[in-house]
Amino acid sequence: MALLQISEPGQSAAPHQHRHAAGIDLGTTNSLVATVRSGEAVCLPDDEGRCLLPSVVCYSADQCQVGYPAWAHQSSDPLNSISSVKRLMGRGLEDVSRLGEILPYEFVSSNDSPVPRIRTAGGDFSAVEVSSEILQVLAQRARDSLNGDLEGVVITVPAYFDDAQRQATRDAAKLAGLNLFRLLNEPTAAAVAYGLDQKADSLIAVYDLGGGTFDISILRLNRGVFEVLATGGDSSLGGDDMDHALGEWIIEHCGIVELDAGLNRQILLAARSAKEALTLSEAVEFSVDYRGQSWRTEIDRRQFDDLISGLVKKTLQACRRALRDAGLKPDQIDDVVMVGGSTRVPLVQSMVGEFFAREPMCELDPDQVVALGAAIQADILAGNKPDNEMLLLDVLPLSLGIETMGGLAEKIIDRNTAIPVARAQEFTTFKDGQTAMAVHVVQGERELVSDCRSLARFELRGFPPMVAGAARIRVTYQVDADGLLSVTAEETTSGVKADIVVKPSYGLTDGEIESMLRASMEHASEDMQMRMHKEQQVEARRVIEAIDAALTQDGALLLDESEMTQIQQQRDALAAAVESASTDELKKLIKAVEQASEAYVARRMNASVKQVLAGKQIDEVDV
Amino acid sequence: MAIHLSDVAAARVQHFLQNRGKGIGLRLGVKTTGCSGLAYVIEFVDELQDDDEVFETKGVKVVVDKKSLVFLDGTEVDFAKVGLNEGFQFKNPNAKDACGCGESFTV
Repeated sequence: MALLQISEPGQSAAPHQHRHAAGIDLGTTNSLVATVRSGEAVCLPDDEGRCLLPSVVCYSADQCQVGYPAWAHQSSDPLNSISSVKRLMGRGLEDVSRLGEILPYEFVSSNDSPVPRIRTAGGDFSAVEVSSEILQVLAQRARDSLNGDLEGVVITVPAYFDDAQRQATRDAAKLAGLNLFRLLNEPTAAAVAYGLDQKADSLIAVYDLGGGTFDISILRLNRGVFEVLATGGDSSLGGDDMDHALGEWIIEHCGIVELDAGLNRQILLAARSAKEALTLSEAVEFSVDYRGQSWRTEIDRRQFDDLISGLVKKTLQACRRALRDAGLKPDQIDDVVMVGGSTRVPLVQSMVGEFFAREPMCELDPDQVVALGAAIQADILAGNKPDNEMLLLDVLPLSLGIETMGGLAEKIIDRNTAIPVARAQEFTTFKDGQTAMAVHVVQGERELVSDCRSLARFELRGFPPMVAGAARIRVTYQVDADGLLSVTAEETTSGVKADIVVKPSYGLTDGEIESMLRASMEHASEDMQMRMHKEQQVEARRVIEAIDAALTQDGALLLDESEMTQIQQQRDALAAAVESASTDELKKLIKAVEQASEAYVARRMNASVKQVLAGKQIDEVDV
Repeated sequence: MAIHLSDVAAARVQHFLQNRGKGIGLRLGVKTTGCSGLAYVIEFVDELQDDDEVFETKGVKVVVDKKSLVFLDGTEVDFAKVGLNEGFQFKNPNAKDACGCGESFTV
């Protein structure tokens, strides 16, 4: 029997055509899946009523377990139980071996794939494969809960994730057989869950204090697009540190001198439950068994606050740094969103509130808020909302540019720009009488076109001939929500237009994007030198072009023979050296031509002024 | 002519309406589509249409257009959970035959 959900007015789907969608918070420690049912975003629990899925995958020779069963194996079988795999996403072997000091896994790499794999009893697995196991379990939970297949999902990633890490997350979704609508920044998802995207413009701080990590993100909402202004945080600061601080207090308070692993765990568990109880109670009593005795003691909230205030202050320092990076003061922030289980601690809420001078938003479950925002976004993208309540929050992985004279790539839209976006730039003609222009669309971070990826070429033809530099050719790059790029070139004085549509991300793999980015960093300085050199060559050709045109027009009229020869000599010297001379030599030669023709230029100027003024009264001239 | 909501269904509808923050009630209806003739419609209502009938049941305004009412008279809407799945269910005395999925029916 079908179980139906309430639709928005007029949005009822035909039977078997429901557009089910889910939002997934693929976390370092825990993951969640949420959906919108009858207009309400809810996290979907497993059959035991638990929303959280520990992000742990345990491989054995014959099976692969995900979540709680894998989590249970962690201490007994640490090498085959993979946790915190999010830290490895999009990372090369080098980065991974640095992390290897923290993570206990054995990494292997092969020649045919640069991606490091973790060796387990069940085989070698990459971070993408491990993540896809987690995604599959969550997606199946969503299918069971919705009684149907998923139209698509939105997966959240930290705002600081780079392109390689984002691409790895995309690959994991693909491997799990999911249609990924979009990756969404975690702080953005949290803001969406609170409906902040419905506001016009605002500045938002998202304070995310989890079990082991702290992130602060400063966002600007501008006409429906969230822009990340700054991020900061501490990858080893979180609620666990509060447990440790309280644990130390217990050890001291109970006079414990010998600490073994079992007792330590018992103390930490007691500390954690005391911390959680202190969220609602003013004081809490607890006991620890030590040397056959049970030690009972009580701690009140004020004592606990003293223990953890140093930790909270540390997070506020990171907030201050992030605000400084964004060029903002704490009181300029309009909304503060709290994310992560540790933001339930009253002291955290009050100190954050004091710092930003406003009440932080914490009505929604801070563990779920990211997944809920992703679900709302997924629901919109699946087309379950009327009149396009669209929110568009993706970013370009690589810059889009255009080829200019000398084979140089001029960036029109920089990488990491939120899409949809439209940017225009004006170009002009190089030669007198030029009536056409070739537009070459390229993608990448390098300075030379030959090092970038060519996306498309087209020609703008048939604009009226003008002197070099007079034509105004406006080239507009527009990337829509699906990443589709349309390029329009228009000569604005005549209105002649041409355009083309391309898909920039098509056919680019994770590895390609990564190596393109890497190459742009490795070659940064030589690229820049090459660019300057090419620019001088272009300038040299332009000077030659201009001199030739001028000499044919009025050289004989305005110059005597020796002047003419001198200019010709300098011009020929430059022409001969264009291909071979160094950047500095070219600069000198160009200067020499300019100096040789200084008097000539002045005379031409006078001649043309005389021509304009000829036969006019002084009061007829506009000055 | 009447349509009923079970207690659980009425409570869920009220919760969803409150969560949505707008809307005057719940629209129930049928449309001619689906694998077996007619399909149920269940939507939030923001404004009434000319041919709408409004029933008040258990604190919920149920809105049905006159044409649909013919096929829905006597229906009870329940809210059920089956495994992880949950949602609204139509118990319609007019339905003679339903497709396997229960989303569409014939009269």
